[in-house]
Amino acid sequence: MEIPRIIGAGLVVIGAGIGIGRIGGSAMDAIARQPEATGKIQTAMLIAAALIEGIGFAAIFAS
Amino acid sequence: MVFSKKSLQFILAALVACLPLFGFANETQDSLNVHTETTAVAHGHEEAHDLDPNSLEGRKAKIDAFKMHHVLDSHEFSLFEKDGQHFGFPLPIILWDNGVHIFSSSKFEHGHAVAESKGNFYRLGHDEKIYKVESATAELSGDEHHPTNEKVLDFSITKSVFTLMIVSLLMFLLFRSLARSFAKNGGISAGFGRLFEPIVLYIRDEIAIPNIGEKHYKKYMSYLLTIFFFVWFLNMFGLTPLGINVTGNIAITAGLAIITALITNFTANKNYWGHIFWMPGVPTPMKIILAPIELLGVIIKPFSLMIRLYANIFAGHVVLMSLIALIFLFQSWVGGPLSFLLSFALSTIEILVALLQAYIFTMLSALYFGSAVAEHHHDDAHH
Repeated sequence: MEIPRIIGAGLVVIGAGIGIGRIGGSAMDAIARQPEATGKIQTAMLIAAALIEGIGFAAIFAS
Repeated sequence: MVFSKKSLQFILAALVACLPLFGFANETQDSLNVHTETTAVAHGHEEAHDLDPNSLEGRKAKIDAFKMHHVLDSHEFSLFEKDGQHFGFPLPIILWDNGVHIFSSSKFEHGHAVAESKGNFYRLGHDEKIYKVESATAELSGDEHHPTNEKVLDFSITKSVFTLMIVSLLMFLLFRSLARSFAKNGGISAGFGRLFEPIVLYIRDEIAIPNIGEKHYKKYMSYLLTIFFFVWFLNMFGLTPLGINVTGNIAITAGLAIITALITNFTANKNYWGHIFWMPGVPTPMKIILAPIELLGVIIKPFSLMIRLYANIFAGHVVLMSLIALIFLFQSWVGGPLSFLLSFALSTIEILVALLQAYIFTMLSALYFGSAVAEHHHDDAHH
C-alpha cells in the first residue's frame, strides 16, 4: 500500500513549508525593523531554512 | 552581429523563443535507446520491453529508465547515443575476486556480453553492479532486478570517481596558480584571483572566525576552503549536459560527512566530551536524560549533513530529468515549450542550490568544529 507513505510524505512537506515560511516571515519583519542588519539576518535565515529542509528530505527519503 | 535597433532585437528574441515549438518526439524516429534499468521503480525490465511503446505505460517505463540512467553512476563515460551507436569512452574496471582483475568496461559491451578475466567470467547487471557468472555464455540467474549471482568487490573507476579525480586536479591547478599569482604580484590578486579572493575572505571572516573563534580557526581553514569549493564545483558539474551526478550519490556525500565527523571528534577537547556525557549547568536528572540524546547527536549531525546535500542535489536532478522527459510524454507541440520553460526555471534555481548547499555544508562543519574546540564558559548556574 503506497497511500500511507504518500500521505506521510505530504505531511512532512507541509511541516517543512510552514516552518520555512515562518522563518521567512520573521526575517522580513526583522529586516523591516533594522535594514542595516540585512546581511546577518539573511545568513541566519538561510541556515535555519537549510536545517529544516534537511529534516524534510530525510523524512521524504525514508517514506 | 549585434543589432542595436530595439524592434529587431525583439523579433530575434521572439524567433528564438519559438524554437522549442519545433522540438517534439516522434515515436518511430526518436526512441530512447535504453540499456539500464532501475530497481527502485515498480515497472520491471520485462515490462519495458513487452509494453507497447506507443502506450502510456510503455512510455512511462522508458522514461523512468531514462531518468535513472542519467542520475545513477556508470562504469563507462557515455556522452550520447545516436541510432544505437554509443559515443563515449570506457573506464577501467578493477575487481577484487581472489586476486586483482583489471580490464576495460568495453568488454561488457554495454551490458550485453560476458567479460572474461583470468579465468573468471563477469556480467554487468541492470543495476550497474558486477556479478560473477560461470561461463562465457551464462546469463544472470534469478530475478531480473535481483540477480542471485555472487557479487564481487568493485573498486572500479566509475564515472563519479573519474569526475572526482578531474575536479580535484582542476582545483589543485586552479588554486596553485592563484597562490603563485599572489606571490608574483606582491600580495594583490590578479585575474581569476579577483573572483576567488573575496570568497576566501568571506569563508574566513564570516564562517570560520565567528564559529570557531580567533584562537583555533587557522587549523580548520584549509579543510573548510576545500570542502566549500569541492562541493560547489561538483554541484556545478552535475548541472552540465555531461550527465555526471557526483554529489547526488550518497556514497560520496557520506565520505565528506564522515571526514567532518572524524575531524570534529578527533580534535575535540575535554569540554566537548564533557558537554556530551555530562552536560554542565543542568540538574542531575536532566543530565542522565541528555547523555544518550547527545551521544546520538554525535552520529546524527554528520548524518544530516550527508542527507541534506545528497537529497537536495539528487532530487533536483530527478525533477530536471522528469521535466525533460515531458517532451517524450506529450507527443505534440505542447511538450517542447512547456518542458523548456520549466527546466530553464528549475536550472536557474539549481544553480542557486549548488552554491547554497556548498555554503551550508561548510557553515555547519565550521559550527561543529567550533563546538569541538569551545572553551569553558563560566555561567551563573555554575558554582
